[in-house]
Parts: sequence; structure tokens; C-alpha cells
Amino acid sequence: MTCGEAETLLHALIDGELDAGHARQIEAHAAQCRRCTAQLLSYRSLRQAVQGADLRYTAPAALRRNIDRSFPSEALTNRRMFLKGLGVGGLVSAAAAASVALVTLNQESEESIVTEAVSAHLRSLQAEHLVDVVSTDRHTVKPWFNGRLDVAPPVIDLTAQGFTLIGGRLDYINGRAVAAIVYRRRVHIINLFVAQSMGSALQSPRLESVQGFNVRRWTREGLNLLAISDINSDELEEFGRKFEAASVSH
Amino acid sequence: MQFEIGDRGKAERFRAAALPYLDDVYTLARYLLKNPTDAEDAAQECYLRAFRHFATFRGGPMKPWLLAILRNVCKDEFARRARFSAAQADALNEAEPKNEGLWAEAPRSPETEAVQRLDGETIQRLISELPTAFRETLVLREINDLSYREIADATGVPVGTVMSRLARAREMLRTAWQAEEASA
Repeated sequence: MTCGEAETLLHALIDGELDAGHARQIEAHAAQCRRCTAQLLSYRSLRQAVQGADLRYTAPAALRRNIDRSFPSEALTNRRMFLKGLGVGGLVSAAAAASVALVTLNQESEESIVTEAVSAHLRSLQAEHLVDVVSTDRHTVKPWFNGRLDVAPPVIDLTAQGFTLIGGRLDYINGRAVAAIVYRRRVHIINLFVAQSMGSALQSPRLESVQGFNVRRWTREGLNLLAISDINSDELEEFGRKFEAASVSH
Repeated sequence: MQFEIGDRGKAERFRAAALPYLDDVYTLARYLLKNPTDAEDAAQECYLRAFRHFATFRGGPMKPWLLAILRNVCKDEFARRARFSAAQADALNEAEPKNEGLWAEAPRSPETEAVQRLDGETIQRLISELPTAFRETLVLREINDLSYREIADATGVPVGTVMSRLARAREMLRTAWQAEEASA
């Protein structure tokens, strides 16, 4: 063992993270190397001094109270209280409030989601901004979303099932960043919007028609999914079912 | 999508499992963001995200899971700050400095005697002056009391990198510590 190796491993020894074999090697090395023995003693004393000091910070009582109140309890069943409890401080809190907005939707804003999805779909078709990442390979599209969203959207190639993956982009619905995964069926475009949701229960899919577009919405594994296209509702339903079937096997 | 009554049981479970680690979360946030107000915001955002992801929590220790989320919140905050000031964006993902790898030659430092005791506030200051990746690793180990494996999982690097970062962090801390002793 060289001094360089020993220098790194002696920390693992001090931390009790070293297996017996390596521990013996270090001790054997230190026994014949005064420098490494001195290092070991020095870092041991450093660790003791650090451990002996109180270096933790205590969360302020108001913070603890705010966080505690953020979650529903017997006394707090009102969704408004949930929002209030979050408090709005700096930028981070503002972002938090924005993302909570989607969580605490009532029936009205449920409708506005669909309306916004229609707008987003139209924008994507008109503004030559259909995809940010062009790829038929889900292994390219999926990683592209990393770091851009707080959700890892399922990206599934359905080419074999008649729906060609053509890419993905970042879009906004109700002011919140969502993943848009784009498929083509013949000449028709399907936008699949994916956002985080609270519940994990699989809600039964809902099909509806809005402004001449068909919309299919469903939930899986804590994600809200919304597919929108001008293909007919049977085909959109087929898309949803094939997506679900394929995502189970992923 | 709505926050239903049925979520109350989940909220109670989450509260019982996660709230005991608030001081750990807040402590790491203080060391990473170096600012009490930002640390409070980050801790709050961390619990919000954790609650949102609680359904996907696969069991195992709760503390490293929460700290990993806190770390992501801080990364977002760094990115936000970077938009105003110059690059700090990838501070938490910064590459290992050259020649600081696991098997690098040991640097020459003659000061190898035992260190003297310093008061807590001074040590906190010395730690907060370490470069981000090293500070983070040191705090997770010495103050949050995570194992190497848990640190590796929480920070998304191999255990070998945790070890070399910790070695380098302690080396830098010791140097700063001895300078502090000398000036005292």
C-alpha cells in the first residue's frame, strides 16, 4: 500500500467504514510509515474535535409550524388552509405555491387544464415549436427531461403499435412546466402531457371532446397524463391503452 | 388530483416519518445555502416535494431520502442564483479537481499533529468556507451522520468519490483549522 492510498483509506478507517482486510493493510502500512501514523492521529483528533462540537442548526419554530400545517390533518380539512400553511417567503416558496396550485384544483380549474392543453396543442402545431428534442429514440427523449422537470415522464416508443414517437418538449399548463411527449399517427399529431400528481390510485381514463379535439386523461403511478389530438376518439383511446400496456412492461 | 380526505392517513404517516428529520434538513440547507432565509425556504420546499413523492418512497431510511431531495432543491436555488450572479449553477456537480482522485499522490503537509479544540461557531464558519462538493460531503458525514453508501446514494456519485471528497474536505478543513489556531 502506498501513502496515497493510505491517505484516503485512513478516513474510512476512522469512520468505521473499512472492511477487516483493508483495515489490516492500513495498520500494517502505518506501522512502518511515521508520516501515515501521524496523519492517522491528526485526523482522529480532527474528527473528535468536530464530533465534540455542536455544529447542527435548529430549525426555527415558525418553520416547523409552517411545514407541519402544510399537510392535512383532522383539524385542517380545508384545502385553502393547505395553501395558507405554506406561507410565501422567497422565490422557492413562490415556486412551491405555483406547483401546489395544480394539486389543489377544483372542478373549475380541472376544466381550465383541458382548455390550456388545447391551447398548448395548438401552439405546438402553429409555432414550429412542436419538439425541443427531436428523436424517435426514447433513450434520447427521456434523459432530455432530466433536470428540466421535477418528474421523470414515461417515454415509450409505440412505433410498432402505429404511433410514432417524434420527440419531446417542455410546455406550460396552468403556469406549470410539464413534459410534452409528441407522437404521430399518419398525418396527425398527438401531444401527451405529463405532470406530477398527488394520488397514486389509477383513476379510470376519461375521454372528452373539446373545441374539436379529443382528449384522454388518466393517472398512473403518481402522474397525470393528458393526451390530445385531432384523431378520432377510438384511435385516441387505442393510443391510451397501448401506452398503458407498453408502460407496464417498462 | 385533488387533495382528498383519504390523503389524511398518508399525511399522518408522512408527518410521523419525515418531521423528526427537520433539523437535519435545515442544517444541511444552512451549510449549502449559507443563509438562514434561503435555508428555511429550501426546507419547506423539500418537505413539499417529499410529500408529493411520498407514494413512490420505497421504504428504507427516510433521512438520506429527504436529504437527497433537499439537495435537489438547493441545486435549483443555485441555478436561480446563477441567473443573477456568475456561474455557481453546477456547484454541487462540480468535477473532482485534477489529481485529487482516490489514488492520487498524498500532498505534502508537515502539520500532522493533533488539532486544538475550537468553538462551534468557528468550526461552522470554517466548514462553510469549503468548496460546495466537499462541504456537502463533510456535512453529510460528520453532522448528518450518513454512511458512505447513503452519501453516495444521496449525492449520486460512487462511494470512491465520496471517500476522496471526504479525504480532501478534511484535509482542507485541517489546514484552515491550523491557520485559525495560529491566528488565535
